[in-house]
Amino acid sequence: MDSSIDGVQGLLLTPSGLGVSDLEQVLSGIMRHDVDYADLYFQASRFESWTLEDGIVTDGVHSVERGVGARAVSGEKSGFAYSDEIALPALQEAAIAARAIARQGADKRVQAWSRTEGHHLYLPNDPLGSLNDKAKIDLLEMLDREARKLDPRVKQVIASLAGGNDVILLAASDGTYAADVRPLVRLNVSVIVEQDGRREQGSSGGGCRRDYHYFIDQERGLGYAKEAVRQALINLEAQDAPAGTMQVVLGSGWPGVLLHEAIGHGLEGDFNRKGTSAFSGRVGEHVASDLCTVVDDGTLEHRRGSLNIDDEGVPSENTVLIENGVLKGYMQDKLNARLMGVASTGNGRRESYAHLPMPRMTNTYMLPGKHAPEEIIASVRNGLYAVNFGGGQVDITSGKFVFSASEAYMIENGKVTYPVKGATLIGNGPDVLQRVTMVGDDLALDAGVGTCGKDGQSVPVGVGQPTMLVDGLTVGGTNV
Amino acid sequence: MSHDIAAVQASLEAVAEQVLQLAKGQGATAAEAALSEESGLSVNVRLGEVETIEFNKDKGVGITVYFGKRKGSASTADFSATALEEAVRAACSIATFTAEDPCAGLADADRMATDIPDLDLYYPWDVTPEAAIELARECEDVARGFDAQISNSEGAGISSHQGTRIYANSHGFVGGYSTTRHSMSCSVIAEDENGMQRDYWYSVARDRNQLETATEVGRKSAQRTLQRLGGRRVDTCKVPVLFAADVAGSLVSHMITAIRGGSLYRESSFLLGRLDEQIFPEFVHIHEQPHMKKVLGSAPFDSEGVATYARDLVRDGVLQGYVLDSYAARKLSMESTGNSGGVHNVLIEPGELDQQGLLREMGTGLLVTELLGMGVNIVTGDYSRGAAGFWVENGELAYPVEEITIASNLSDMFRQLQAVGSDVDRRGNIKSGSWLIDAMTVAGT
Repeated sequence: MDSSIDGVQGLLLTPSGLGVSDLEQVLSGIMRHDVDYADLYFQASRFESWTLEDGIVTDGVHSVERGVGARAVSGEKSGFAYSDEIALPALQEAAIAARAIARQGADKRVQAWSRTEGHHLYLPNDPLGSLNDKAKIDLLEMLDREARKLDPRVKQVIASLAGGNDVILLAASDGTYAADVRPLVRLNVSVIVEQDGRREQGSSGGGCRRDYHYFIDQERGLGYAKEAVRQALINLEAQDAPAGTMQVVLGSGWPGVLLHEAIGHGLEGDFNRKGTSAFSGRVGEHVASDLCTVVDDGTLEHRRGSLNIDDEGVPSENTVLIENGVLKGYMQDKLNARLMGVASTGNGRRESYAHLPMPRMTNTYMLPGKHAPEEIIASVRNGLYAVNFGGGQVDITSGKFVFSASEAYMIENGKVTYPVKGATLIGNGPDVLQRVTMVGDDLALDAGVGTCGKDGQSVPVGVGQPTMLVDGLTVGGTNV
Repeated sequence: MSHDIAAVQASLEAVAEQVLQLAKGQGATAAEAALSEESGLSVNVRLGEVETIEFNKDKGVGITVYFGKRKGSASTADFSATALEEAVRAACSIATFTAEDPCAGLADADRMATDIPDLDLYYPWDVTPEAAIELARECEDVARGFDAQISNSEGAGISSHQGTRIYANSHGFVGGYSTTRHSMSCSVIAEDENGMQRDYWYSVARDRNQLETATEVGRKSAQRTLQRLGGRRVDTCKVPVLFAADVAGSLVSHMITAIRGGSLYRESSFLLGRLDEQIFPEFVHIHEQPHMKKVLGSAPFDSEGVATYARDLVRDGVLQGYVLDSYAARKLSMESTGNSGGVHNVLIEPGELDQQGLLREMGTGLLVTELLGMGVNIVTGDYSRGAAGFWVENGELAYPVEEITIASNLSDMFRQLQAVGSDVDRRGNIKSGSWLIDAMTVAGT
């Protein structure tokens, strides 16, 4: 579609007879109260998913969502209301509810709008139509057949294909007028294998801001199926994981979820403005070993966590969080940036028009070091090599974080020996990166399946890292 | 905030009727529609000042159509004639591509709820934003004033929501009911020379008069936070573990996930094939009670219109039944248990001892008050999660513990359950007292 502001206006405003002057009027109405900032966020999205199990595609779902959110900010206060109807009366009603946060008076002006030119990191093409429905089903059925062909121990295959297209338009009292069209696709394969009565699972997948051809090109979809089977078969051999504190080598790519949990959330502007993060007030301090440089980069082409503009109309940035071990800054949205006297870093994100924006990560990763991954493994006498992970969680106030390994091996005398069962790893955010003693030269980003939850809001994100050695992390196995 | 629920129900029923007609017109042999409309208010007060006021208003319809044994689904929040027609058309189009699935279809007609009991779930609260702010402020003030070590706050919140749900299908079933849900929560931060700790407390109820007072919620959030100051790690060991009531419910939910139809027919459950077998010690009884009045988890019928009913999930430690919707039931050649959409009020029968009593029974071990992360593998039962709590010596709390993990396997944990407390946490859909488990691996230094 036409991703220009005019094109998006045509989709979001014109059908309801709304014009730019209506938006100006509604925002001016909000600004008649003692409000510092107000914005209107229009959204129309389409989503579909197809699921295969027991060899057949049994269900498909198509959903559409449309609406507008109105927000008023006064000091540290936010007022927010929304409507699933894009029409002037509903918009006015939401605006009146939102401005209740502030007293009448003041009457500030809405700045003249200037159109924000965002990045061009992805094409504004609706991915849902990039394959016909028959071809989507053929793809899932092929993955099922191939996964079963790989090994007779494969008993179950579940594959799902999902795609969405999100069109947004933002008008704000500070003069921001911006639009974005965001495609997103995802493919997942998970398998159950069985041998001698023991059952294990494996899963793999990927996604990006492109269309469904991504999964057919370079046989990526097939690659996920193979990977899911490989992981499941390894789990069949896995022995009990060790318990206790030991050296841990984290593989490249998805293990970067460590960075997301251990430091990422703790560096979000809201927690630091409020002083509730274990990293509050620590800019300029050494919070990691010299080997660590960590960025949050929303400007990578086609990546799941990338954005041409954030949900406040600010172009995304490549923000250095930690440089050679020193904390450089936080990730900011407009509200927290203003209260902390800095600029937004383009990290203001929201799940939908029905949610308030907050500082959120985009693609968070560590830059490469100079060691070969083999050298890193060879340096460990007795430890864990963790290469695949499920999700994680963090308590940003105490700094304690966890992330759960789904594929891991023992390292004995510098050699990877046998696979161990999944186990949760726990550490302390402000301290874990100080124990990083080797960083690999093999930076990789994840395959594009990450979803981050905060205050009940989910947004797509990316993570990445090179192989690295953490000298002391607690491994939560059963084997004492 | 209250409104004419009869009128809302009638208007949703009219939309449902429209959807079913459209589906029929498009040639569907069967169809179903699930509609909801919700509205509410949430406020948060931090350090005595308003932080957010949010007004929620949502509606939506989920449509499923069947062409024989082929199925398609769609959803929309737009109830205009054009949007409904588009959604039905999208669902019908999908059904031309999905495969013939012998198990697909509506729940059986003879299982539809015929008598829909009034479960007393609707208690609107006409709270203004101003009044909600005052109440939240009072709650946070109590927490902040509780002790000098309370140094910061994430705020106190009040939320009040009401909603109406309608389900209709081409068997001719139409049913609906309205519910309310009100909550108060508070989260504060305490600080000492070792750093900051945060904890929270909340109260939730159908009827605002059943909420704990602002003073209680504020006080508990402060006490829970202060208790965590000075948390240490412990040496890696194998010890008895007492799960506090508010985290023990998660163990019951893992059991429920493992006996859900989807986990069973996908052969992804550590409880596969364990029906009628001993999975807990004999003293354990777990009931599902969908018709409890005025309670959060109650529902007169499930998401397919099937009548819900009271039953035992576990009696004398033996697994009595699975948790099935009609699709999973057909896959397994069984009957629906009225659990499309989940379970309704699950209670593990409480024992004699309260938490103090259980601590004495445990002697030395770990009391877990918080769990972190998702390290639970339902396929194998393997369990490994981050935890925080207290080291216990001679039945007394010795010191707070953090940055540790606890690990075992759910099959073993269920079998090694020593006692369930009388201290039932009744806030959630799953109600449990504390759980004392014989031994788990604690990983620390």
